[in-house]
Amino acid sequence: MVARALPSREEVLAILDTVMDPEVPVLSVRELGIVRDVAVDDVGAVTVTVTPTYSGCPAIRVIEDDILAAIHSAGIADVRMVTVYAPAWTTDWIAPEARAKLKAYGIAPPGPSEQGGLVQLMRARAAVQCPYCDSMDTETRSEFGSTACKSVQWCRKCGQPFEAFKAI
Amino acid sequence: MTSPVLPPPAEEPNALFELLLRLGDDRLVLGSRLSEWCGHGPILEEDIATSNVALDLLGQATMFLRLAGQVEGKGRDEDALAYFREAVEFRCCQLVELPRGDFAFTMARQFLFDVYAVVTLDALSRSGNADLAAIAAKSLKEAKYHVRHSGEWMLKLGDGTDESHRRVQRALDELWRFTPELFASDDIDRAMQIAGVAPDLAQLKLEWERLVREVIGAATLTLPNDVSRLAKARGGRVGAHTEHLGHMLAEMQIVARSHPGATW
Repeated sequence: MVARALPSREEVLAILDTVMDPEVPVLSVRELGIVRDVAVDDVGAVTVTVTPTYSGCPAIRVIEDDILAAIHSAGIADVRMVTVYAPAWTTDWIAPEARAKLKAYGIAPPGPSEQGGLVQLMRARAAVQCPYCDSMDTETRSEFGSTACKSVQWCRKCGQPFEAFKAI
Repeated sequence: MTSPVLPPPAEEPNALFELLLRLGDDRLVLGSRLSEWCGHGPILEEDIATSNVALDLLGQATMFLRLAGQVEGKGRDEDALAYFREAVEFRCCQLVELPRGDFAFTMARQFLFDVYAVVTLDALSRSGNADLAAIAAKSLKEAKYHVRHSGEWMLKLGDGTDESHRRVQRALDELWRFTPELFASDDIDRAMQIAGVAPDLAQLKLEWERLVREVIGAATLTLPNDVSRLAKARGGRVGAHTEHLGHMLAEMQIVARSHPGATW
């Protein structure tokens, strides 16, 4: 077997750009902010630092397996995953280009993450723009959706139900 | 007959291990109770909501129990702690282990717990223990979503129909005696407070009660006035539980115990 050249950090980052989130397959694990850091030491050992989105997200194991498989398939054997919880994952890390991909996929991108008090009930909710017809005349049907990261919305103008990425 | 066994002195890391079990077990047990609604929710949205909240709580339990296992240093991971401890080794409060009851009971219990969760996690996010602070800060974001859900249900049920009001009021009356336990400070809590790891529970109680009373009042509900006459729950934090916990654990643990080490 021919020994490959030591991997570079840039090479690993490029590989991670191809690893899509299993629940939101238009965004890579880097675009979602799950990958916090990549380090390659002087013998070529790779450390990928990740943070979970929601603490109970059932996809996290799959995501970690997908990351390892993608790096392994590039011929890089020495890979270690490290999970960190701080700083806590926030949708504010999703960049404008990634937000555009979400919208094109039919998921309304998140607004700014909410700060404010511990218990805020019946607050005025910022209107979510319909990803299909761009109307702001929409309503929240449920704060909880098909995955932990999404809520269920309904567009009064075009009558289309859609999901929105929760701001957290 | 030997003399009663005294608990070991509450010092680190034992006190920290106990604190993490309390935090993890509350969430493991309540998450399991909530997940009983999966497939049985009164409407589809609530089926999804209760399952989502259950999943968050189980995820938080995983983080707290994993750290507990690391602090203990005996090689137990979160699964070993969840599936291979007996009821007397669980450190959850009794509030979370009660059967789910009807939807009003589930939401009233959830509301009381969710407010407790946000004030606790908010304080713990400033803990002197960095690992604990990180888990608390992460969990707090989710807990704020949870309390919005359960709190708005208190408003809808309390200020809803005669029947919804009657049911949620009855649930509050039944649940109130389980709330003093949440703030009953013991040696573990005092050791952790002195160490700068955990907050003063008396302060937390004030904040909790203020937030709870605000929502209960807006929901046209009342809280029992004379708490001195209530048979207050106590002992969950040291392993004294209601009869209900053992039954729940039997169901939760049987697969892991029947097939130890199984994977799929």
